[in-house]
Amino acid sequence: MRKSFFWFCSILMLASYFWVNSFSSTHAMHIAEGFLPIKWVIIWWIAFLPFLFIGILQLRKLFRNSPEMKMVLGLSTAFAFVLSALKIPSVTGSSSHPTGLGFGTILFGPMIMSVVGFVVLLFQSLLLAHGGITTLGANAFSMAVLGPFVAYGVYKASKKMNVHHNVSIFLAAALANLATYVATSFQLALAFPDSVNGIIGSFMKFASIFAITQIPLSIVEGLLTVMVLNFLAKYNREELSTLNVQMKEAK
Amino acid sequence: MKKNLFLLFVILLFIIVPLAYNTSSEFAGTDGKAVDAIESINPKYEPWFSNVWELPGGEVESLLFALQAALGAGFIGYFFGLSKGKKNGNKKETLR
Repeated sequence: MRKSFFWFCSILMLASYFWVNSFSSTHAMHIAEGFLPIKWVIIWWIAFLPFLFIGILQLRKLFRNSPEMKMVLGLSTAFAFVLSALKIPSVTGSSSHPTGLGFGTILFGPMIMSVVGFVVLLFQSLLLAHGGITTLGANAFSMAVLGPFVAYGVYKASKKMNVHHNVSIFLAAALANLATYVATSFQLALAFPDSVNGIIGSFMKFASIFAITQIPLSIVEGLLTVMVLNFLAKYNREELSTLNVQMKEAK
Repeated sequence: MKKNLFLLFVILLFIIVPLAYNTSSEFAGTDGKAVDAIESINPKYEPWFSNVWELPGGEVESLLFALQAALGAGFIGYFFGLSKGKKNGNKKETLR
């Protein structure tokens, strides 16, 4: 098993070598304050609020039924906080950061992570002036709703296909990260269609450029998520079984 | 846990390699570049709302980012320290 994992990583390294040789500038993380027309501000807030509401209900239920999960949720939140503070330099000469929400999604499901993601984004927009209050709805929809739902879907699907659990965790976290950035460029493209090629043209402009920055980053996020879940599997098996997460004990 | 060390090594490679290749770059944040892109697509667009609180400067920003990472890392360290202590404690109990 270790051997195949080694090969998996070698291929990733080889792939990264090719990204090193491709250069371009980058785009898009949180949409900056004020940079979304009011129509889209309202649309994305309305789209996000139901998820936040259901998330809060699920969170209350979780705390009532198993209060010992507060610590594990704290861990998931701390993980998201650390990762979103890590501005990782990329081969393209710009920096961006992971979202850290894939980890908690594997444990708690996507709805609860909507609440966690919202808290992280609120902190960043109020204290760090990254993102903003008006664009919070749109940012939260891409990072705290779409990301976790992609993570959840990928994780469930690869479990069903009997993919090795470390690989399914990696894929879930990495693809959730990528999906967040694809969603952000889609939101920007909807609000700012290209004068010649419309929404699609504008989307290609946003997406094609940032994708190169984001791919190595999402790999980093995937690997970090596997690491932390390995620790959990070693020391916190009771909590994992309460959450119905099946993992083999790490050696 | 050997596997985790190996993973850590791969992660560090991903972070260090770009630094070695791109010594002249400033590694500017991507949100700022998105703003530039919006301005190139639609030069007439005016941001209609500004941040409630502007950061006094770059140094304060890195302070707050460091603080955010430190608080999170502190909690993660506390969590795993506590879990490991609990697990080892249980082992000793059963041996006795």
